[in-house]
Amino acid sequence: MVRALIGSVLVGVMCPLVGAYAVTRNLAFIGDALAHAVLPGIVLGYIVGIHPAIAAVPTGIAVALLVRAVSLRAGISSDTSIGILFATMFALGLVMLAKSTTIKVNIEDLLLGQILAITPTGIYVSLGITLMVILGLFTFHHWLLFASFDPLGAKVNSTRANAADYAFLVMLALVVVIGIQAAGIVLVMAMLVTPAATAYLLVRRFVSIMMTAAVLGTGAAITGLYVSYYFNLSAGPAMTLVASVIFLLVFSFRRRAPV
Amino acid sequence: MSLEGVTVEVGGYLALSNVTFDVPAGTLMGVVGPNGAGKSTLFNAIAGLLPVLQGKVNLHRAGRESGGLAYVPQRESVNWRLPVTVMDVVMMGRCSRLGWFRRPGRRDREIVKACLGRVGLWDKRSALMTELSGGQRQRVFVGRALAQEASVLLLDEAFSGVDVAAQEALVEVLQSLRDEGRIVLLATHDLTNLAGRFDQVLCLNGHVCACGPPDQVFTSAVMEQMYGAHGVRFTTNGEL
Repeated sequence: MVRALIGSVLVGVMCPLVGAYAVTRNLAFIGDALAHAVLPGIVLGYIVGIHPAIAAVPTGIAVALLVRAVSLRAGISSDTSIGILFATMFALGLVMLAKSTTIKVNIEDLLLGQILAITPTGIYVSLGITLMVILGLFTFHHWLLFASFDPLGAKVNSTRANAADYAFLVMLALVVVIGIQAAGIVLVMAMLVTPAATAYLLVRRFVSIMMTAAVLGTGAAITGLYVSYYFNLSAGPAMTLVASVIFLLVFSFRRRAPV
Repeated sequence: MSLEGVTVEVGGYLALSNVTFDVPAGTLMGVVGPNGAGKSTLFNAIAGLLPVLQGKVNLHRAGRESGGLAYVPQRESVNWRLPVTVMDVVMMGRCSRLGWFRRPGRRDREIVKACLGRVGLWDKRSALMTELSGGQRQRVFVGRALAQEASVLLLDEAFSGVDVAAQEALVEVLQSLRDEGRIVLLATHDLTNLAGRFDQVLCLNGHVCACGPPDQVFTSAVMEQMYGAHGVRFTTNGEL
């Protein structure tokens, strides 16, 4: 339970911190897509015997970078390239899962998360990713803010704006990998988007939104964990529902238009 | 700054053909032309956002990596959903000076304060961008260009949605930048606002129709090249 609690707090903090950018940049869908697209990495991890979260990291990063590269090179919109890559990778993962004779993992655990079964290695991986993403957010903050607000102005200012955009996609892929362990492939988007959207309704400045989202996400993750424990539910749906209830409460008494 | 025979293709369509003109330091230039004339394409090509098929853009010391070029995009290119304050936006101009790892220090804050004072928006420093009028937003972007220490400013449709008084305030700021030796290019549809305010006007319609002082360029032939038969009605002896 202690490991599950640590894992939940990491998810509750990290997903909304990065999610704040995703929500305000209309990139929420890519979080969902990345969660589905890392399935082949997770399955490969089980097949070769390394921790699935470790195996999911390079897959997530590769897909995140491919989304941008495909949309730039093919001249198609990013949501179209996300749609193509996400469906292809998820299908590949399902085929690998179906054809593997060695894997004894329940697909439902992958889809809905199993934070109570998180291993010490899973916690170490999550901690390592958390440190990397916090360092990334700190380093790239000014450029991310610039590129998120005025993409053209930022690109003209420096090629660093492009690098910051790629770094953001990598960070998104990393937090998705942490989030999958708790909320599962299907519901990790809720931890990315809902606390950030709730914070958007509560506070004015972007940095305040990030901080408030992290607090709300942590609250939702811990409450969801305890609800799932006492009512014998999957943690992912419980966390999602708690985050959604908080959003609905705030939305009812909102001072700003919803995102 | 100068362009020599610049040709740009957008999506297989020739958007600019053989564009050649010079802009000396300390020039406030209006760029006019009908919708689809290539004004934004020209700015994108100068800014390095679009590849130049033929020809050359000479920015001299205002190269992109030196932070010497600042671009103020059209309103619809900006993500207004992101809640940033006036101070945040002007501080963005310091990004290229900060690099990756340095945080804004006292000097950066002093520069931002001076830039906001220059565009007359220090009192609005804590306001969200969405709370400002169109003219004030444009002045914030000019403040950002100042914080960037840019020597060439490109303003795309800066008068769009901006009332006459706010246009006047914006032009005053731009003229003061011109007086310091900076080059300011402003794309606009408002032809009547150029005489007496701008030093040069570039008339564009896929190619350069004319380039010169605003009280001389708007001849019947140039207006016809830009706007067809309708354009001729609005000009007499080069004046609108």
